[in-house]
Amino acid sequence: MKKGSGYFRLLCVGAIALLAAGLIACGEKAEEAKVAPPETKPAAPAMQPASADGPKTGGTLVFGRGGDSVGLDPAYETDGNSFMICDNVYEALIAFKDESTALEPGLAESWDISADGLTYTFHLRKDIQFHDGTPFTADAVVFSLGRQMKERKIKYAGTGWEIPAQERPPEYWVSMEMDDIVDGIEATDDHTVVFKLKKVNAPFLANLAMDFADIVSPTAYMKDPKEFIRNPVGTGPFKFVSWVKDDRIILERFQGYWDKAAGPYLDQAIFRSIPENSVRFLELKTGNIHICQFPNPADIELARQDSNLTLPTQPGMNIGYLGFNLTKEPWKSNLDLRKAVAFALNKQAIVDNLYQGLGQVAKNPIPPTMWGYNDAVPGYMYDPAKAKEHLQKAGFPDGQGLPEITLWSMPVPRPYNPDGVKIGEAMAADLADIGIKAKVVTFEWGTYLKRQREQPEDMDLFQLGWTGDNGDPDNFLAVLFDGMASEAIRTQWHNEAYHQLMVQGRETIDQNKRAEIYKQAQQIFYDECPNIAIAHSTVIWPAVNSVQNFKLHPTSSVRLKNVWMK
Amino acid sequence: MTSATAPRGPQDRHPLLEQMSQLWRNKTAVIGLVIITFFILTALLAPLLSPHNPVETSLYDQLKPPVWHAKGTWKNILGTDELGRDTLSRIIFGSRVSLTVALVSVGLAFLVGTFLGCVSGYFKGILDSLVMRVMDMILAFPYLLLAIVVVAYLGPSLQNAMIAIGITYVPRFARIVRGSVLEECGKDYVMAARAIGARDARIIFLAILPNCLGPLIVQTTLSMASAILDAAALSFLGLGAQPPTPEWGGMIARSRALILRAPWVMTFPGLAILAAVLGFNLLGDGLRDALDPRLRD
Amino acid sequence: MLAYILRRILILIPTLLGVSVIVFLMLHITPGDPAELLLGERATEEALLQMREHLGLNRPLHEQYGMFMQRLMRGDLGETIWTRQKVWVEVKQRFPATMELSIVALLISCSLGITFGIVSATRQYSLFDYLSMVGALAGVSMPIFWLGLVFMLIFSLNLGWLPLSGRLSVGINLEVITNFYVLDALLTRNWPALRDALWHIIMPAATLSTIPMAIVARMTRSAMLDVLRQDYIKTAKAKGLSRFTVTYKHALRNALIPVITTIGLQFGVLLGGAILTETIFAWPGVGKWMYDAVMQRDYMVIQGGVLFIAAIFVVINLCVDVLYAVINPRISVR
Repeated sequence: MKKGSGYFRLLCVGAIALLAAGLIACGEKAEEAKVAPPETKPAAPAMQPASADGPKTGGTLVFGRGGDSVGLDPAYETDGNSFMICDNVYEALIAFKDESTALEPGLAESWDISADGLTYTFHLRKDIQFHDGTPFTADAVVFSLGRQMKERKIKYAGTGWEIPAQERPPEYWVSMEMDDIVDGIEATDDHTVVFKLKKVNAPFLANLAMDFADIVSPTAYMKDPKEFIRNPVGTGPFKFVSWVKDDRIILERFQGYWDKAAGPYLDQAIFRSIPENSVRFLELKTGNIHICQFPNPADIELARQDSNLTLPTQPGMNIGYLGFNLTKEPWKSNLDLRKAVAFALNKQAIVDNLYQGLGQVAKNPIPPTMWGYNDAVPGYMYDPAKAKEHLQKAGFPDGQGLPEITLWSMPVPRPYNPDGVKIGEAMAADLADIGIKAKVVTFEWGTYLKRQREQPEDMDLFQLGWTGDNGDPDNFLAVLFDGMASEAIRTQWHNEAYHQLMVQGRETIDQNKRAEIYKQAQQIFYDECPNIAIAHSTVIWPAVNSVQNFKLHPTSSVRLKNVWMK
Repeated sequence: MTSATAPRGPQDRHPLLEQMSQLWRNKTAVIGLVIITFFILTALLAPLLSPHNPVETSLYDQLKPPVWHAKGTWKNILGTDELGRDTLSRIIFGSRVSLTVALVSVGLAFLVGTFLGCVSGYFKGILDSLVMRVMDMILAFPYLLLAIVVVAYLGPSLQNAMIAIGITYVPRFARIVRGSVLEECGKDYVMAARAIGARDARIIFLAILPNCLGPLIVQTTLSMASAILDAAALSFLGLGAQPPTPEWGGMIARSRALILRAPWVMTFPGLAILAAVLGFNLLGDGLRDALDPRLRD
Repeated sequence: MLAYILRRILILIPTLLGVSVIVFLMLHITPGDPAELLLGERATEEALLQMREHLGLNRPLHEQYGMFMQRLMRGDLGETIWTRQKVWVEVKQRFPATMELSIVALLISCSLGITFGIVSATRQYSLFDYLSMVGALAGVSMPIFWLGLVFMLIFSLNLGWLPLSGRLSVGINLEVITNFYVLDALLTRNWPALRDALWHIIMPAATLSTIPMAIVARMTRSAMLDVLRQDYIKTAKAKGLSRFTVTYKHALRNALIPVITTIGLQFGVLLGGAILTETIFAWPGVGKWMYDAVMQRDYMVIQGGVLFIAAIFVVINLCVDVLYAVINPRISVR
């Protein structure tokens, strides 16, 4: 809060008049944020004075987030708030590196890939225990991943477990099309697992580093399959303690964690749900939480001015875009009209003002931090003159002859789009400048998603976006834009050349060759302009100074293993 | 307001003029009336009064503070919002929206609720049970939850928010009217009227209804006030007026993210709501005192 | 009287059934379904189909409703779609939080509202009357989500008196028995937790109480004024009874009749307000839960939860009616 803000005092006085006149004196104290009574502060045990910057063991970290977890069985979850807990409780065979999506060994020490690319052999680490004390073995891997398969071609090394019927379809397994990739999983001995693939699939390894591929304790699962989502047991650095719905989840350090090289340092990690963004930020300012997820962009500036706060920052692995309804005219075949719209949008102004500078203008549909990014593509930069030119060529000089179009704007903030409706309004204003009349339309989120998929007549332009799962360009370029692959692709763009590149990309293992393929694809994407990449948002989650070594990950996962409190 | 300005019933014997003069002597009512008139005029003359286009964005004029602030300018007297829109103009145009919400949703609830209340209170029996069961069903919801369900069904828009609010308000009127009617029916004059064979409709509208106008007016004014607030609540949840409509509640809801950084953006629409609602309530109070002969000294 | 109450309870059953049918139909014909929302941007046709099948959403409506009723007959509210938990378990966790909040809010609003109303009525047109009524009007005129945020700025951020959000501080341990934290703290004689729980409830309850308080105050005032001008009060005064006796023994009893109806209706206001208050104050209650369920199309939560809340509501309304009948002898209770 700024010093001596007159408006703040105005607010105070207005409210105080209603309560008690005696409180008016508080206006004077509006300057410094006092801290709530001591017992409301998280109990941070007094630490022995140790080396100034080295990691310290102990302390409690309170993480403030916008919503509660849905469930804690990684195979069945779909939301970030659930994965956030899973990230700390479970581990997978392969892990993403601390600050990138490069792969490193996880529970598997190493792996071999057969020459034909169809057999993957994983060699597991030994002497690892689950939180319940049972040993981590190859059979646990077969169990954890095998239970997600439609046809369970699995083989245990030991006795194994009879997997109960699926509670529900394993969302990620299905939507990553793992059933089309994996043929069978087999444990050849206690510490070796072999995956047989149906076809060569380059992103397969990266998929195995995702949350859905986490290894769960089969013993704990079998004890009560229905309750497992509320009593997670994994091998991760933190152990689940308790969960009060819509309030908090408490984790504690797992003493028997296998990796003795670093963390976990924290005694406890508490995840609190505080749905209102402004309130979550206030909690951070008063020191009741230590990290604030998704603050209002407007509050970031305040956080910057606050010497008690740091701003962990990560360029998001995401894209916010504006799509055309390519199933109908004039958008389907009028390239000039699409280009006119692309040139008309002042993306820089949108990023500066509506992303509050927390983002960068996009020229390609994949973020620049990803391998295979084609920096040679010029992108469509704001140029009203060119926009008008293309509009003329498109057959609608100054917008004449073009009926009012609809601009579907997202009703909910997403990591890649902080405020769909405001952005929609800004876009409509830009379009009005070149003569295109656009009406901002929005629906409730579920309706929006469903109707958008149906590509209805009354949709001309739509906002949408994507947060990457595994750092593979395929996860953006093919999944989002290759309309020929499936009816379900949300941008129904049918381009044979692009489709061929996508198929080729998946079947090529060599990453350098793949990068070339994806660069080519981005060029086609630019030439054909089937969709306008608007921005990649930057993720900033302010934290109090005492939080040390907290790093945001491109996949938005929250890893507290190496974090300590000063 | 609709009901208040057109008092009917046996009081017709009293000249309307006399009532108006009673009203005039009541300071509360006069203040309320002045405020309401002010807002009505503002709403009617909105295009003339507002210095800027309320939906025109100007990304270079974002979050300008009001004129009396060190960095304020006369161009935007009450400052601008995060899209650079002029707050004063939006508040002026917002009065149209809020008055419409109050009139339409409460009007709907008043008509339906009064009708249902009269019918069920007077005729009793199966009809009464049926109507009251339906009212119970509506009342069985927290009203905002019902409004949310209705809006989820109809789709988020100002119009649907008004319908949703109207529906949730019906039982208030129905119950109050029914209660009064039940009470009045036990009184001698109604029994007398029935005994001499007066028609039901006549008894209800000319004898009974005017006697419960008092509580009805109180309820109407309170409902108009809360209708504006409920529309704001629906907007807060993203279910009310859709941007860029300049609706006060929506303005507050969307600027709550700026509470630390630019509190004026949410302060002024808040004050506008406060003033308008206060006006309705003051007027209602005064009207009640003036219209109810029993309350005269 | 007993027969009246019994009859009313019998009538509840069709009311609640009606409620469940209406809600069920409204939500199911509303576009957007839970499968879509669960899967978000990444939904594939295959995943959606499997999910809908799993949830039984591809069956005809009447069949889905039939399944719901069958379970209900066995006393089972079903299992939530999102969190895959028994609805009843979720209700048990959340409802006490909301009830605790509402009760405290209602206590605040009734005690203050009725007091202000009476005093205002007995001193009509006095300074106190004007001030309290303007205060009441201001209270009823403020969006409570706005008020909640302002309270937070003042009492938490600037004065540091009250905690911002949540029900209990991190680091306070409380053995949960009833999920009414204040009660649990009392039962286990956990004084630090009691203090902490009370500390946390003050601000949200005060925020929530403003609107009912204003309405109760105004209703009390109107009703008192009405009664005070009746002949029998004048007679009582003429008989030389003290002002106190007249006001509190004779007038209040009759004036409270409409006030009680109003208070009964306030439960709806409170639970509605709870949706907003719980969101702002991160209060893990049933209001926010139901709102989320509508938004996420969690049909099971809505069917089960609404039915439960509706039952509570209807019972409260019944109590109000019974009370109304008891204190107002002019209404027959055939």
